[in-house]
This record gives sequence, C-alpha cells and structure tokens, in this order.
Amino acid sequence: MHFFVMLKTLFKNFFSKPATVKFPFEPREYPEGSRGQVVIDTSTCIFCGLCQRKCPTAAITVVRAEKRWSIKRMQCISCGACVDACPKDSLKLDTKYYTPDVIKTEDTYNA
Amino acid sequence: MEGKKRTIIPFGPQHPVLPEPIHLDLVLEDERVVEAIPSIGFIHRGLEKLVEKKDFIEYVYVAERICGICSFIHGMTYCIAVEEIMKLDIPQRAHFLRVIWSELSRIHSHLLWLGLMADAFGFESLFMQSWRLRERILDIIEETTGGRVIFGSSKVGGVRRDISKEKMQEIVRRLKEYEKEIRELTNVFIKDASVKHRLCGVGIVSKDEAYALGAVGPTARGSGIVSDMRKLGYAAYKEIDFEPIIETAGDSYSRCLVRIKELFQSIDIIAQAADKMVDGPIDVKVTGTPNGEFFARSEQPRGEAVYYIKANGTKFLDRVRVRTPTFANIAPLLKILPGASLADVPVLVLTIDPCISCTER
Amino acid sequence: MIEIDEQNLITINADELVSQVEGLKNSGHRLIQICCAKIGETIEVNYSFDNNYSFSNLRVVLPLSDLHIDSVSAVYLQALLYENEMHDLFGVEVKNMAIDYKGTFYRTSIKTPFNPPTDKA
Repeated sequence: MHFFVMLKTLFKNFFSKPATVKFPFEPREYPEGSRGQVVIDTSTCIFCGLCQRKCPTAAITVVRAEKRWSIKRMQCISCGACVDACPKDSLKLDTKYYTPDVIKTEDTYNA
Repeated sequence: MEGKKRTIIPFGPQHPVLPEPIHLDLVLEDERVVEAIPSIGFIHRGLEKLVEKKDFIEYVYVAERICGICSFIHGMTYCIAVEEIMKLDIPQRAHFLRVIWSELSRIHSHLLWLGLMADAFGFESLFMQSWRLRERILDIIEETTGGRVIFGSSKVGGVRRDISKEKMQEIVRRLKEYEKEIRELTNVFIKDASVKHRLCGVGIVSKDEAYALGAVGPTARGSGIVSDMRKLGYAAYKEIDFEPIIETAGDSYSRCLVRIKELFQSIDIIAQAADKMVDGPIDVKVTGTPNGEFFARSEQPRGEAVYYIKANGTKFLDRVRVRTPTFANIAPLLKILPGASLADVPVLVLTIDPCISCTER
Repeated sequence: MIEIDEQNLITINADELVSQVEGLKNSGHRLIQICCAKIGETIEVNYSFDNNYSFSNLRVVLPLSDLHIDSVSAVYLQALLYENEMHDLFGVEVKNMAIDYKGTFYRTSIKTPFNPPTDKA
C-alpha cells in the first residue's frame, strides 16, 4: 500500500516559482501567430466588400460610396477568413485580444 | 418487512463536479441508487439547423465550435466527410498535420479529465497539478495554430497553417521533457492508496454488457472490447504503428488506466508522425458543390463520433447529423448507476467522460 | 480519392425492420446510431451498425403524413435513447419503446423544432 505518493511533487513545489502570471499587473507574452483582433490598413483598402461576404458572423460592414469600413468587435470570432480573402492584404490579425467591456462597440475606419 | 422509503434526488444541472449541465433524477432507497432517469437539452443551441443558413464552407466554423475540448476533431471529421462526397484528394502533408493536431487534442483532453476526476473525489492539489501540466500543451497548440482551445486550422481541402521543420523538432523535444513530469503525476493515480480506494471495484461493466449497450471509447476498451476507430486509417493513421490499449477489469480504475496509457501513446504517435512527415503543399482548391451523402467516423478522446452529411448539389447542405460518443455512453451509465451509493455518483458520472455540449449540439 | 469506409446502404420497408435488426444482432453487430433527416416531403430514418470495423446501414423512408415506426429497443436496449430523441425533435411516433420518457427527455422550448407544425401536411 502506497500512501502519500504525491509528497515528492508537493515538496518540489515549495521551492519553485508559481505557474501563474499576475495578469493585469504583469504583461502576458503572446506567441507569434496568435489570433487576436483584426487590424486594417486603410491606405491599401479598395472597399471591395469581399471581407464582408466571407465573414461567418456578419461582423464587418463596408460602405463603398463613403469609403467606410467598420467592424463589430464583440461579434468577431478571430477566425481569419477575412484576412485570407482580402485581395490587397490590407487586413491582419494582431496578437492581442480585444479587452472585455460592458458595452458592445463598433469601430469605424475611414479612408 | 416491506416499507423501504424511496426518495428522488435531482442531480444537476448545476453541480460542482459536472463540467457541463446534465440532469439525472436519482431514485434512492436509503443511500443506494435504484434507478436513474436522464433529461438533457440544457445546452441545445440548434447547431444542426444552422445548415440552412451557412454554406458548406462556412459550416466548418460552426462544426469546430460544437465542443471546446474536442474541437479540432469535430472540424476534421466534417472536412473528411465533405471531401469524400466531393472526391477531393488531399495532399499527404495535410494528413500528417491533421494527425499531429488530433493527438495534441487528445493529450490535453485526457489531462483535463484526470484533473476533473481528482476533483470529483476531493483531491484538489492533484487537480491543480494536472491542469498546470495541461497549460504547457495549450502553449504548444497556441504557437502552432493561433488559438488555445478553438484551433481554427481545418478547412475543406486541407489545413490552413503549416508547421516548419524546426518547430516540429522543438515540439517533439518539449513533449519528451514534459513526459517525465506527466509520469510523476500519473504515478499518483496508479499507485496511491486513497485514489485506488475510490476507483477500484466501482462501476463494473462486463464485456458482453458493454458490447450490447453500445459503449464506445475508453469506456468500452476498459472492459476488454477491442475497438479503436483510428485503425480505420483515415488521415495519416495507416502509416503509423500503434495498437489499441485494452484493460479487462471493467471498473473505473481500468478506465483510468486506459486513458493514462493513451496519453503516453499519443506522445509516441506525434514523434512517429514528425519523423515520417513529407514535404509538399498543404491544401487543394475547392470548386463546385457537393452532391451525395456520406457517413464519416473518427476517434475522439471520448470515443467514436459519426458524422452523417447529406448534400443535394446546392451550396447549402441538406442535413448534418453528429452522433457524439457521450450520447452512446449514456446507456452504460444508466446501467452502472443502480446499486451504487450516493457518494459514488459523481465519480461514476465522470468515469464515462461526459461532454454534454457535444451531446446536444 | 480515398475510400475509407465502405458505406453499404440498404433501403427496406418499415415492416421488415425488426426482423432485419434481429438478424444483424445475432451475427454480432452493434448498433452505432439512429438518425433522422427531413428531405422534402419524407423523413428518412437511418440505422447504422458495425461489426469489427465493417460498416453497414439500413434505411426506412416515411412519408410526412404517416410517421409511425416500430421500436427496436427490444433487440438493442440503447435504441430507446435515440428513439426518444427522434420523437422529441422530429415528432416521429415510435411504438413500444422500452422506456418512454414522454417528451421530457430533450427539453426544448418549442415542440419538435426540426419538423415544425406549420410544415406538416
């Protein structure tokens, strides 16, 4: 009968540093290639509307006549379908997530 | 003398031990369970009805989000089914990448289950230690696919991202280092007397009962049935050398042993796949729409999942039906609950590894 | 193209169902799943079986006006879970289920959401 088999692990844990990061006070390191929020470079965008058609949650709205591109931040699921579809490569996925909030915002960018 | 009192105790939907809500009405006679009546539907999101709105390429995003723990394999099975209907030939490198991500998914799911099992019988520090080791696997997954839980890397026609050769070797090396610590942890499950006292001899299912009731996954393999859907050879599994892991005792301890040994087998499968990987493209272009029907089967960490897809030539599919392993394992659960005492019910419910959000889509 | 699984689909009538299923059980098959699909004006019920990695299916086609079928839970006890789900989601009446939860198995706010009453008849 083995008792207290976990004692060795517990003893080691006394002398090693904690596994958690004190998050809001210390920054978290995001690896490269992480899918966070969508970022647009409006200088290369031609407002064709392909990203709006490919978005599975209908989070993007493009108005060609007024040269306006807007995204509902809380609706976006960071899947990257718009990034793959853009013919001019104006969209990119940043590594940081959109921070939690109490109201649902829509970000608008003009040319 | 007749007259044992029967009481009905509702177990769930909110219970500290359950990861997801399920409702069981337990009929008790003086602390022994006599009968259990299930009732599901708390997480029903109507995902199967979404086929009418999302076309077959966008539906991958929905299929991946059916479950958080086994998400990659859902997406992969959906893609395999659509590719078989459209008769697409996927490049070999995409098959190997799918195998690697499936096995990473399996490792993190089993570590999660080990933690929940320890929590079910009150061993909190073991729970925290298992999840600490699981965080390292999630870091590997995030570096290769971009997301910790929802991978977002399957698409109809292949995979969306590639893993470079140096990254592959780094992953194999890191997994070998983690293996030592995982062995220390699983030693506690295998040897410790208090864990064995809660698990041995509890919830016995014999081999014939398990086969007749349709048990799948580690629930069936813990009772001696030899059945592992990875042997069918989908993705790149026909090139990998492995055997299903079988235990014969049929109680909760043997199911725990099956999952622990599968953990180490997955680390070995990833090393084999990294070795045999070929170079080449990772996807093919998809043109046209599917027409036909297909049943695709795959092995999730919890058992065998069946996807039935029926397409009629337009870009919206007619029907997508998912039969998940937990649904098949509810029948053996209703068979092992009568005769158990009330304190053992959380351990028994967790021993089939319930993933209710898969069950109800 | 890679054929991973032989599909083996046979369409039968509703009255031959129980005898065919018993034959499959006696030859060592296990029931994998029972699923319903609403195609146009019919509902197709598919039964899938497996024996040592070989896959076979039976299919019964029911018209929307007459949704009655016999239960196979006398042969395979776990079929009652699938049949209760069929009843709760599609409205298919299954005769002689071993345990009938009478609509409380799957809790949804609308009855038979996959086959709404406005579509019937």
